This record gives sequence, structure tokens and C-alpha cells, in this order.
Amino acid sequence: MSDLTTRGSDNSGDQPLPEKPHGILARPEYEGPGALTVADVEHRPRRSDLDPKAARRVERQITLMFLLSMVMVVLFVIAYVSLNSTQTVYIPVLGLIGAQNLALGVTFGAAIFFIGAGAIQWAKKLMPDVEVVQDRHRLASTPDQDAAAAAQYERGKEESGFAAYRILRRTLIGALALFPIPLVVLVRDMWTNTDPALEGLSPAEILSETAWTEGLPIVVDGTYQPIRPEDIPVGGLVSALPENILEIQKEFHNLNERGKSAIILVRMDPGEIRSQQGDGWDYQGILAFSKICTHVGCPIALYEHRTHHLLCPCHQSTFDLADSGNVIFGPAARRMPQLPIGVNEEGFLIARSDFQEPVGPSFWERG
Amino acid sequence: MSTTEKAGGATAQYLDERLGSNKWLGKNLKKVFPDHWSFMLGEIILYSFIVVLITGVFLTLFYKPSLVEVIYEGSYVPLKGVEMTEAYASTLQISFDIRGGLLIRQMHHWAALIFVAAIAVHAFRVFFTGAFRKPRELNWVIGVGLIVLALGAGFTGYSLPDDLLSGTGLQIARGIVQAIPIVGTWAAFLLFDGEFPGVDFMSRLYMAHILLIPGLILALVTVHLMLVWYQKHTQFPGQGRTNENVVGYPLMPIYMAKAGGFFFIVFGIIALLSGLVNINPVWIFGPYTPDQVTAGTQPDWYIGWLDGALRVMPNWETVAFGYTISWNILIPAVIVPGLIFTAMALYPFLEAWATGDKREHHLLERPRNAPVRTGIGVMAIVFYSLLWLGGGNDLVATTFDLSINAITWFLRIGLIVLPPLAFIITKRICLGLQRKDREKLLHGYESGRILRLPHGEFIEVHEPLPKAQQAVLASMIESHNTPLPAPAKTDANGVRNKRYRIDKLRSRLSNFYYRDAVAPPTMAEIEAGQAHVAHEAELEAPLHEYEESNYVTVPFHGGVLHEQGEPMTNAEALEADKGSERGSD
Repeated sequence: MSDLTTRGSDNSGDQPLPEKPHGILARPEYEGPGALTVADVEHRPRRSDLDPKAARRVERQITLMFLLSMVMVVLFVIAYVSLNSTQTVYIPVLGLIGAQNLALGVTFGAAIFFIGAGAIQWAKKLMPDVEVVQDRHRLASTPDQDAAAAAQYERGKEESGFAAYRILRRTLIGALALFPIPLVVLVRDMWTNTDPALEGLSPAEILSETAWTEGLPIVVDGTYQPIRPEDIPVGGLVSALPENILEIQKEFHNLNERGKSAIILVRMDPGEIRSQQGDGWDYQGILAFSKICTHVGCPIALYEHRTHHLLCPCHQSTFDLADSGNVIFGPAARRMPQLPIGVNEEGFLIARSDFQEPVGPSFWERG
Repeated sequence: MSTTEKAGGATAQYLDERLGSNKWLGKNLKKVFPDHWSFMLGEIILYSFIVVLITGVFLTLFYKPSLVEVIYEGSYVPLKGVEMTEAYASTLQISFDIRGGLLIRQMHHWAALIFVAAIAVHAFRVFFTGAFRKPRELNWVIGVGLIVLALGAGFTGYSLPDDLLSGTGLQIARGIVQAIPIVGTWAAFLLFDGEFPGVDFMSRLYMAHILLIPGLILALVTVHLMLVWYQKHTQFPGQGRTNENVVGYPLMPIYMAKAGGFFFIVFGIIALLSGLVNINPVWIFGPYTPDQVTAGTQPDWYIGWLDGALRVMPNWETVAFGYTISWNILIPAVIVPGLIFTAMALYPFLEAWATGDKREHHLLERPRNAPVRTGIGVMAIVFYSLLWLGGGNDLVATTFDLSINAITWFLRIGLIVLPPLAFIITKRICLGLQRKDREKLLHGYESGRILRLPHGEFIEVHEPLPKAQQAVLASMIESHNTPLPAPAKTDANGVRNKRYRIDKLRSRLSNFYYRDAVAPPTMAEIEAGQAHVAHEAELEAPLHEYEESNYVTVPFHGGVLHEQGEPMTNAEALEADKGSERGSD
């Protein structure tokens, strides 16, 4: 202990200071009057270097941190067995927090933190604080070493006959060039078209079709009940799906169709409709549009009924539903596809066909 | 020697006989590392990555990467009976039914955020101080690779819980893949196993997140650190520090304690943060379904700039010969990020080529001493920040009650106009700071004490710079370079220079870097300046003696001298003042 506490500012490390004067800069012309060496650096002894009492205080402080760390571990185990995940506590600023998470986090965090704080305090207050100097070594090899490496390479090349056997060399290069091909070929079956309904279709064709067909009733998302025109007030918006969506989901165990055939129904005063994608595709001012953004595919349902603007929450593409769903702002390049709708004999809304253009984001083959 | 030490010694002996490890230890335990707060940034990256690995292993015990639909029966009441994927259900299980599971999940997320943030700041430090220069260019390239991998690790992890937010992020990623010309649809179908969201995709994402990407990160981090060790750490200029030495503290014991302790500090802070502050509360967002979304969706902070690029891009699309090229997606999500990372990786080589600098650099450069590089760096930060702001344009609009269209247009124009402006301003500031440094090197610093000389001239007394500060400021001499000369079209014998165009470009770039450089003082000028400062001190000396002999206790602020060089009293000075006024009439 005593040798730690009485350590002064002398450079007692095992690194001797360099003999030659180190200039402020590497350039020789600056090794003149302004040249400075590490030995010139003023070193201020710390209190713990001069005063054994101060050193002992630091020692007690660090000991306390390590002890606190141990106490925190015990508290962690107690919290683990005694609290459950449903209890919550209110902490100002942070809000309502799970009591268990809070207790476990604080005890675990403090247990770890105090080890670090103690170690760093130890290093800063009790270990030597005199900087030492080491030389850097040239990274590049010497010319002799360069020559030796080149000679070894030449000798190996000679002995292998790589230069002499031309046929061997060329066929080897050919074989090495071809061998990764199987690895590329194997990628092909990362997806195979196993769906009988989509048999023989390419990805682009699959993306261009949805479940909507002529006469398929429209159901409301969530309740899955068919909907009558009079259920939608002017200015209203309803998220909807094809009637058979749940059957499709059950059959294929995925949500793919939902991501393609989701639509929104909006109703406006027929006089406000300036244009549509097809003549009479609305039903008494009710318009059906795809819900999937033509930019990168986010579902859209932010609708402002006074302006008939539909805004994508992801990238703020804005579409004017009263004007064929055309883009009026934002990064989307294409209008929202419109679905022609009508009613069946029972008076429920139905689709009159599939979409006339692919829904969702653009792709190469879409044209 | 204690028993533990004996056991340790025996182990070291055992290993040494098999590995020769003591030779290595003997040399490396005393290895010196320079000290500076900014060198801790790299440590934060490493330590938060270790925390990510430890907590990640715990999470794999319970998480199920499956999109099979199940009915939730766990203890989070609001979602009881709701149909959801196993991935989401197991995330809820970790959060509510595994004790400490939420803590570990939050630690994983917080550590990942800190990991990426520390990477960014560390990269800034390395860039702005020129630490990437020869011989460390290769390590810079590895670092750029690590940035890309870190973004990938973050994004794949963020997408695993299959809550409403993460699913929307994936849908956007898929939209981007789909927009790639020619191969887009096939690439999307192969990667995602068919249409979105599919069934098998989650296990692929999981594999990338827990095996592929972390494996690559681990490999690259290892090489990155080995190179730092082997090439030795750079150091800031300062007293006694040269390009040929390392001044700092030895590994054993100082850095063992400091760096080891700092690991626990980082680990501990992440745990405390995760106990106190909720992050990514996926139970609030609900399960993913491709036909729903919430307003104000935000990705993790490090993806924000890419999302912002998508948001502010004008809606350009080309349709030709029945095929579509979606510039509105390709430019912001593929081309711009590709160019940014390529430019970043190539920067050390471009700068070295443009400036003709082939020297090894182990002394860091103060950012002001490399005005063009600092300007480029700030320009990049401004560009990035604007994109990042774009990623939150809806939040900016609602928070400050602004029009989203106006913000988007501001960003579209700002992205082109503001970065060059930032470059010019930064460069000017750097040059100004260099001039100030030059003044200080030449004349010392201004003491604030005014002295009137016998012949009536007023001077401000300068104090010599402290040696440590002088060493730091003098590093501007080392940084100074002159532009490469313009090449000649023909050589002395009239032979045409075949490389004329390339040499000309290089000379132009070199001019771009060094044209406006502030000439640093020469050693003769510094000596003359120091002599001048010493002379001022001599002139002032009698005043000091006078103050002392008159027991003046108020702070000394200067004075006036007699013709003979003796100090005047205040009354005498007042009298002399009147005299001089009269004289001037």
C-alpha cells in the first residue's frame, strides 16, 4: 500500500524516456529552440499521491462501490422472486413502468455499473498517472525482406510449373470459374410456385391479380359483414375486403391476399366526382380504391373528406380520390387503382371485376 | 505471492509451453495506448456489441421465428384471444411471462441503438481527425463495411417481433426490392418466399439476424481491432508526441482497469436505461396485418435517413417499351445510399491521390488544419441530417403546425443547396481558426494589460504560450501543404505527356484542398515572435517591481512609464496625460 500512496511525480515506470530530444514535430528543422519533450510536460501530483489519508479515503470509496455492487446482486434476486410482471409503478417524467422491469433493471444495472466505476476510480486515483513513451516501428518491410518474398514466390512458381503447363493452367482457371455456378443455381428454389390457383404464373403475373371477381360481395374489415350503400354516409370511409378473405387465409395459412385485395370505400356527393378510372365505376357516389399505396406498399386510410385527399402515413403520397385517384403530392408515381363496384339483388355492394391494373408498388414488368 | 497468483503463474506456464504466449504477453502487457476521451467511442461500440450478443442469446431461448397464426393466451390481457403470429406471441411471452425477459429485450434494443450511434460518432472522429490516412485506409474500409452490417443487423432485428410497426417496415423494404429493374419481382419472390408477408420469410430474417450478419460483424470487428493493435493507435498532437512515438499509458495496469471498467460502465448504463425507459413497446402496436398501419410510423433512428430519402424524392417514373423504372424508389433507396457508402469507403484513397500525400500519419490532424476535409465532413452531416429530418416530416409538421408539403419542398431544395453552403461556412471557420492559431504561435496570447511607453505608444503586453499549447498549435505546420503544380503538356524534350488530363484533374483537386491554406509561421518567425514577447516582458518588469514595493493588492492591470523607464504614479500619469494633450494641440 505504502508504495502506491507515496508515489510522486517521478517517472518510475519501466519505460525510460528517450534520450534524443523529440521535436514538437517530426521535421528536423523544428528540433530547435521550440522543441519539447515529454520530460518538459508539467506533471501535477494528485492528492492521493501526496497525502496517505487521501489515498485511504479513495480506497474506502472504491471498496464501498464494490460492496454496493454485491448488495445490488442480492436485491436483484429478491426482486426476481418477489415481484410479478403485472405490478406497475409511476415514476415522474418516465411515466408508468413495470415494477419488476424497473427493479431488475436498476439492481442489475447498478451492480454492473459500480464494478466499472470502482475500477476506473482505482485506475485514475491510485495507479500511476505518468505518461510513458514507446517508439513506433516502420510497418513496411525492408528492401531485403521484399526481395526475399519475391524470390520465394518466383521459386514456388517455377517449382509448380504454373507458367510452363499452359493447358493445366487454363483448365484450372476454367474449373475455378465454373464451380460456384451450382451455388447460384441452388438459389432458384428459395421460392417455388406451389399454389394450384396460381399455377404457371410468373411473379409479375401473381402481383397483377387479386381475389376480386365479378359479383364478389364486399365485406367490412373486422366484422366481415357485407355492406349496403346506405351504410356509408357521404364523407365516410370504410376499410373493406373480398367476402372470401377468411377462407383464403385459412386455405393458404398466410395474409398475402389481404395485402393485395384490401380496399377502401369512400362516399362523396356524385357531383363532386370530377373523373373516374372507368365510366360509372362508382355506385351512387361510392368509390372503391385499393388500400395499398402505389409507392412502396403501405396501407392507406388517412382520408380528408372535404378535399377528398388520401394521404399515405408512411411517405405522405397524396391522392385525389375525386379525380381518378391521381397523385397530387409525394413520392408515389401512380394513381390508386380503382375497383368498379355495384350492388347485387340483396342490395349489398359487390365488385364488378378485378382491378384493371396491378395494385401496390411498381415493378419492372408492370409497364 | 498469493495462491491465486501461483495458480495463475502455473496456468501461464502451461499455456506458454504450448503456445509461447509469455513472449507475447511480456511485450504486449506494457503496450502503450494514447489517452483521449474520443478514443472511448470505439470502446462503446465494442462493449454495446458484446451486450447485444449476450442479451441476444437469451432472447433466442424463447423467440419463435414463425408466421404461423396462433391465438394469444398469455398474460397480457388486452390482446388475450387475439389471432397473431407465433413470432409476435413469443415476443409478448418474453415481455410478460418470462421474468426479466422484458429487461433483456429492452437491453438488446437499447444496446443496439447505442451500438449504431457510437459507430456514427466514432466514424466522425476518425474522419475529422484524419485517422483514416495511410497506413490505416484498409481499416477505414472495414469500418465502412461494419456500418452497413450494423444497419442490416438493426433492421433485421427490428423486423422480428412482427408487430404492426415492424411489418410495415418490411413491406417498405419489399417494395424497394421489387422496384429494382429487370430482376426486382424475382428477387422479391425469392427473398421473401413468394408474396408478402408469406410464411417462411421470418425464419430467413431470423437466420440473417442471429447468424449471418453477427458472424460477419464479429469477423470484421476482430480484424478491425487486430489492425488497431498492430498498427498502434494514433495520437493527438501535443508535447513530446511525434509521428514516431506513442505517448500514453500502458495496457497493464492502466488500460486493463480503465477499459475493463468502462465495459462495466457501458453494460451498467444500458441495464439501467432498460429498467427505467421503455423502448419499442410492441404490445401497444398490436399484431401485424398487411392492410393496417398507424399514423406517425417511425423506424429506428438509424433507418430514418433512408425513409426520409424515400419521402422527399419527387415522383419520377419512366415507362418505356412496356417496362417500368421507378426512379422515385431507386434513387433514394438504392442509388443514393450506394453512392454514399462507396464514396465513404473510397475517401481515404481519393484524398491521398488528390493531395499527393504518401506519408505515414500517426499524429492526428486537428479538424481546423484540414479545412476542406472538415468541410466535406460537415457537408455530409448536413445532407444526412436533412434526410433524417425528412424521415420525421410528419412529426415535424404536427409538432410545429407546418404544412407537410412545405417541409418536403424545403428539404428537396435544401438537400441541394444547404450542404455546399455548410461546406463553405465550415471551411471559412477553419481558416479563421488557423489564422488565430498562427497569431498565437507568433505573438503568444494577449494578456489584457496595456502599457504606455515613454514615447507615448500604447502596447498590449503579450504572454508566451504555455509549452503544451504551443505544441498543439504548432501541429498546423505539419498539416501545411502546397497544391500540386499544374502539369506541363509536354516534357523538356517536347514529348507529349500522355497522362496530361489525369494530372490536370489531380492538380485541380490538389488546388481545391490546399489553395486557401493559411501559411504557418516559420521557425524564424516564431523565434522573432518569442523574442518580441520577451522584450515586452522586459519593458514591463519595472512596473512589477513598483507594484511590489508599494504593496498594491489590487490586480495589476498595466501602467505608464517615465522616459527613464521608471514607472509613474497615477498622479504623475494623469499629469503626463494632460501634458501630452496640450502637446498635441
